[in-house]
Amino acid sequence: MASSEEDGAAEEKENNNKKRTKSALATAWLTFYNIAMTTGWLVLTLAMMRFYVEKGTHKGLYRSIARTLKFFQTFALVEVGHCAIGIVKTSVIVTGVQVCSRIFMVWFVTSSIRQIQNEESVILFLVVWTVTEITRYSYYTFNLLNHLPHFVKWARYNFFIVLYPLGVIGELLTIYAALPFVRRSGMYSMRLPNKYNVSFDYYYCLIIVMLSYIPLFPQLYFHMLRQRRKVLHGEVIVEKDD
Amino acid sequence: MKHYEVEILDAKTKDKLCFLDKVEPNATIGEIKSMFHRSHPQWYPARQSIRLDPKGKSLKDEDVLQHLPVGTTATFYFRDLGAQISWVTVFLTEYTGPLVIYLMFYFRVPFIYAPKYDFTTSKHWVVHLACMCHSFHYVKRLLETLFVHRFSHGTMPLRNIFKNCTYYWGFAAWMAYYINHPLYTPPIYGEQQIRIALIIFLFCQIGNFSIHIALRNLRPPGSKTRKIPYPTKNPFTWIFLLVSCPNYTYELGSWLGFTLMTQCLPVAFFTLVGFIQMTVWAKGKHRSYLKEFRDYPPLRSPILPFVL
Repeated sequence: MASSEEDGAAEEKENNNKKRTKSALATAWLTFYNIAMTTGWLVLTLAMMRFYVEKGTHKGLYRSIARTLKFFQTFALVEVGHCAIGIVKTSVIVTGVQVCSRIFMVWFVTSSIRQIQNEESVILFLVVWTVTEITRYSYYTFNLLNHLPHFVKWARYNFFIVLYPLGVIGELLTIYAALPFVRRSGMYSMRLPNKYNVSFDYYYCLIIVMLSYIPLFPQLYFHMLRQRRKVLHGEVIVEKDD
Repeated sequence: MKHYEVEILDAKTKDKLCFLDKVEPNATIGEIKSMFHRSHPQWYPARQSIRLDPKGKSLKDEDVLQHLPVGTTATFYFRDLGAQISWVTVFLTEYTGPLVIYLMFYFRVPFIYAPKYDFTTSKHWVVHLACMCHSFHYVKRLLETLFVHRFSHGTMPLRNIFKNCTYYWGFAAWMAYYINHPLYTPPIYGEQQIRIALIIFLFCQIGNFSIHIALRNLRPPGSKTRKIPYPTKNPFTWIFLLVSCPNYTYELGSWLGFTLMTQCLPVAFFTLVGFIQMTVWAKGKHRSYLKEFRDYPPLRSPILPFVL
């Protein structure tokens, strides 16, 4: 009897140890990931600023940072994985929608439709994205290191109020500018007849994407507002107790 | 006979919503729901969820008061499930849509294709065959809903009908548009491909129907009993040896046949999405079989023999 109890206790200890190792591993990976992403977006910002200072124009800026942007923005896909396996407590769908919309912009709009790469709207959303991501990733990093400066928390939950709508405007203007070039080239499109008996018009697809911002953007925006109230509201209560 | 007192509280606010005194010990939850409905007419029994614990599972209508872990003053928590609609109504609506919509494309009703094609018919005989198969499939489903299926639950939330109809009607329109298009391309391997596809389709339709009949016969009329399904004399049910939900297996087979017959990517896509959904359902059903029956046959997989 006694030995089986000991075995049970030993097994439980082993399970607890496994859990602790797993969460220590997760924390280590997440810390590394967030530091790497903060650095990546900082590098992007510096490259953008350097280009503008050296050339005095934004024309050609996108081309110069396209590869770095593609790398860091695409790598963000792992964040969906983080939510899926539970090491980050956010909804998979919310993260998925946000990352996919970014990847769509980078790979299927700006990088593939060269004629719009020098539009001002591109610079607009690039600036918004860099500020947002640097704030977000440094927030996560400091949080994981249990040393969160008040300003970083404030920035994370207040910058978005202005940046989100600005980013949306930049993205929508860019897609809108791309439309005539898509129509003319017929890119990514498939016409009938063909042996798969399907057709796809990228032009109308882009229009649908633009329309989808109408239901999706408010949902994401209000989600962030609710998060903000939860996080900053909690802070207020603590102060009252003091 | 000692009578019970029943109080019903709101699960979220804990407000006292209803107090019933002199309740018979052998009263069922269903009867208590009817009594609650009388004092709150907007909450008909189908939208009531009555539970012992505010965050617990719903009690069943058949549960008897005196067999529940409650004292002579029983406290129940109530949750509003929202407006409900009957399963039969949902099924009939979601299946009639594809039937009608596909036929509209088949007959090339105006405003779908270019005006010169209005009310013309396709020159490919496989298009006529596909229309017959598609229509047969949904007529079969409608008849099964009316005469074969025995539903465990009477109702589902009202918003489901919008979700389900969007899915069925949307996909039906998307598929029908291409199959009945004037520029439709028939299958590459021609008659051979169509013949094999038709055989697969018919085989799986008969199989699916056999399973529905077998499942119906497990359950006496008006009851909600659950039993382990076993193969019967009908060879199409022998698949029960290997699979928990062969109705979904056959359904997948039917749509694979239809995809092969029409060689149409939207059909393949519809088959894939349906397969994913049915796999989720099959895994859930398989899990509840395992939980409920100790002697559940170990060889069975949820939907695909040995695989899934």
